[in-house]
Amino acid sequence: MTSDTSASLSISVTELTKTYGKVFALNRVSIDVKAGEFLTLLGPSGSGKTTLLMAIAGFNRPDSGRICFGHEDVTVLPPHKRGVGMVFQNYALFPHMSVFENVAFPLKLRKIPADEKHQRVTEALQTVQLSDFAERGIDQLSGGQRQRVALARAFVFGPKILLMDEPLSALDKKLREEMQIELKQLHRQLGVTTVYVTHDQREALTMSDRIAIIDHGELAQIGTPREIYNAPANHFVASFIGESSFFPLTKNKSGTLHYAGVSVGKVPNRAMHENWTLVIRPERLSLHATKTSKNTDKIYFSGKITELVYQGETVIVMMIMEDGHNLTARMNTRAGNDVDSLRVRQNLLVGIDKQDVIIIPGEAS
Amino acid sequence: MQWWKSSASETQITHGQRLWLYCLAFIIMCLLVIPTVIVIPMSFSDSQYLEFPPQNWSLRWYDEYLDTPRWMNATATSFKVATLTMLVATPFGTMAAYGLFVSGGRLGKIVFFLLMTPMIVPVILIAIGTFYVFGKMGIVNSILGLVLAHTVLSVPIVMIIITSALRTYDLNQERVAQSLGSTRFRAFFEITLPQLKFSVLTAALLAFLTSFDEVIISIFLSGGGNSTLTKQMFSALRDYIDPTIAAISTLMILLSTGLMLGLQLFGDKTTEE
Amino acid sequence: MTSSPAPHREDALNATKLRVAERRQSLMVLALTLPAIIAVCLVIVIPVGWLFSLSFLDSSGDLSLVNYEKMIAYKSYLRVFKTTFNVSFLTTFLCIVIGYPLAYFLSQIPRKYVGLFMLTVLLPFWTSLLVRTYAWLVMLQRNGLINNFAIDLGIWEVPVKLAHNLNGTLIGMVHIMLPFLVLPLYAAMRRIDRHALQAAANLGATPVQAFWQIFVPLSLPGVVAGSLIVFVLCLGFYVTPAVLGGGKVILVSMQITAILEDQFNWGAASALGVVLLVSTFAVLLLASRFLKLDSVMFGRR
Repeated sequence: MTSDTSASLSISVTELTKTYGKVFALNRVSIDVKAGEFLTLLGPSGSGKTTLLMAIAGFNRPDSGRICFGHEDVTVLPPHKRGVGMVFQNYALFPHMSVFENVAFPLKLRKIPADEKHQRVTEALQTVQLSDFAERGIDQLSGGQRQRVALARAFVFGPKILLMDEPLSALDKKLREEMQIELKQLHRQLGVTTVYVTHDQREALTMSDRIAIIDHGELAQIGTPREIYNAPANHFVASFIGESSFFPLTKNKSGTLHYAGVSVGKVPNRAMHENWTLVIRPERLSLHATKTSKNTDKIYFSGKITELVYQGETVIVMMIMEDGHNLTARMNTRAGNDVDSLRVRQNLLVGIDKQDVIIIPGEAS
Repeated sequence: MQWWKSSASETQITHGQRLWLYCLAFIIMCLLVIPTVIVIPMSFSDSQYLEFPPQNWSLRWYDEYLDTPRWMNATATSFKVATLTMLVATPFGTMAAYGLFVSGGRLGKIVFFLLMTPMIVPVILIAIGTFYVFGKMGIVNSILGLVLAHTVLSVPIVMIIITSALRTYDLNQERVAQSLGSTRFRAFFEITLPQLKFSVLTAALLAFLTSFDEVIISIFLSGGGNSTLTKQMFSALRDYIDPTIAAISTLMILLSTGLMLGLQLFGDKTTEE
Repeated sequence: MTSSPAPHREDALNATKLRVAERRQSLMVLALTLPAIIAVCLVIVIPVGWLFSLSFLDSSGDLSLVNYEKMIAYKSYLRVFKTTFNVSFLTTFLCIVIGYPLAYFLSQIPRKYVGLFMLTVLLPFWTSLLVRTYAWLVMLQRNGLINNFAIDLGIWEVPVKLAHNLNGTLIGMVHIMLPFLVLPLYAAMRRIDRHALQAAANLGATPVQAFWQIFVPLSLPGVVAGSLIVFVLCLGFYVTPAVLGGGKVILVSMQITAILEDQFNWGAASALGVVLLVSTFAVLLLASRFLKLDSVMFGRR
């Protein structure tokens, strides 16, 4: 047994597998969450991310694999002995109890003396800015307030692990964005290991120390938001996080990759794949007149504008390349960019910095 | 705008054009209610023959009911059996409904079907079958046999009510309670059950009424000193029209409507909270 | 990407340990149903099973089909089944004719008034079946309420025989079964999407066309569910026909008791019961091809 006195525990998931009939909800997933880390499980609905979270909480028994908190194996431990705080999508507050009673519930179970209980609940409610709401009923609260009560209830008993299942999905956009920052601050304050499930890539980028992307029950990629955005491991990650245009690359004998006759880089020596794809993020592009002095740090392609979409802060420029592939650029509307002069059917040169070029294995689909 | 010209449906039919429907519905509702309550005024008649409206009012038939030991015994038996049935069927049905709701699976489906058979199997078969088997077990004409049979009739009703309550209940509450350190058992009693109390009470009252009003099994399984009220009424009905039964019927109507209205009031109170 | 291995590999990490824990948990949950299962076994499975076996024994206790052969040979048995099905069909039909307008009315009025009008359905529903049967017996007598009323109004001149025959049985049974039809039918009608009718009107349907071509077809599942409940309950009905039929309308359930009371012939009674049970299941099975059964299985007292 470990004698952890720190505020958080690491989580180690090893080869976790769960099937429903013949479908894999989780297929040998291994993830290590560091103590104190904010890790987000990101994936489309049905990808298995919630199944993984429920397995960590103990509500979902996997077919095989191991889950450890710190050094302790909790694979078959019932949920009430795991000591993890949990926030559900719909909050799951107890409607027959007041705000105070809801938050005091885990302390009551642990037989904490009344005055200490009172103090800890008060502190927790202060942390989530609900001090004045202690005696309210649950049905008298707004969505955001309910969210905070669920949060206070989950951390009031000092769990070393906090699990959240899409806790912000029921809130409207503005409130959701506020709560994202608040949750991030709360995490910094508590220092508790947090596993957060969402299908919203922007939310994941905003909040996480690291993001684990789950697809069809398998771990597609794990890394910091920057790593994931700038170096997606495959087509799925590149299309799920951010917007991208995909171009197929051809490989010549020396191992250089080309698109439309332009060399975009070498085959990374790590892999032996036959096909490679160029990924271009729309905001990394620059647009030029067809006759322009070329910068040697950049690669240029020529294309023709098919559609312009004005969106206030940006303009989306949709183009068709000479070989028929589509490319989307997102241009800031500040004066220097001169986007107002762009016209549909205009021919132009598209430039991208060599550093911004992303090459992934596989065919462009 | 007069109401009969105002719109009554999505297709802009007016209330005036709907008048025929309202009249028809009114007649059908009268046909439903009047035969149900007609015995109430008749029971206060002085006459040997049931008449409506009564020529002379009296409590004669209520006295008759209260003074006859046969009726009193039967009433006591019915209350005893119905109360015991309620006390057994409610926990049995609630446990089964909960167990099946959280487990699912194919085995769960089979069990659900098995527990619902009392609703499908004609009661006459249950009556003669239990009469035969309980006879061999020596529990015919006993409270035990009646309670057992009535419990089985009530369990599906309890299960249907509890299951439909669980459908609208968020089981995540129980999960969250477990994550906060509560055992599953405690989570059920502290979190789930308090929120199902209205449904449990409804189920209990229905179990009580199911037993109290049950006729066929009682005819076969009760007898002697343990005859139920319904059995006594049925045998009296087949012989001649005894006005005492009008008095008893009135009391039974009052009992079931009283329970129903009480439940309604309790329900309004709990939802207001 | 990794290739998918077959599910349930025995050698996978912790697989055995997890399966044991899972099985134990699901057994514990299913154990909650055990008291109810035992009770059902004692009251339904064993007794009905016993009747089933009795039906295949002759009077000397030997295995035979004599009880079933008699049923085919004797016209009286056939007549009883015919009467039962006829009465059940008629009752169900009358319930639909009377219940549909009422359910339609209830589904059209604002929800806040439904509670009040629904009481008129619930009051009979909650009232003892024996009490209501008794009320009809009183009202349908030779000099009962209905006859007096009709003669006073000049509808007919001499008292008509209403009780102790098929008329009385049908009147009583329809009254008792009506709530079983109206309640599920009303629920089904409330589920109908009101926008469908608006769309029909928008596309040019008159109110009458919208009713017949949109509302009625959408309410059919409710009609089927309600009539199924009524029909199945009618098949095994006993009290009301026994009291109001006056011995002229013999249904299967009454025949069973008569055989037991008069001849004490368990084999014959059991055989009748088995056929009744099988026909009930057959009706349900047939119906389950058209709708989900669990939605039908509620409400029976």
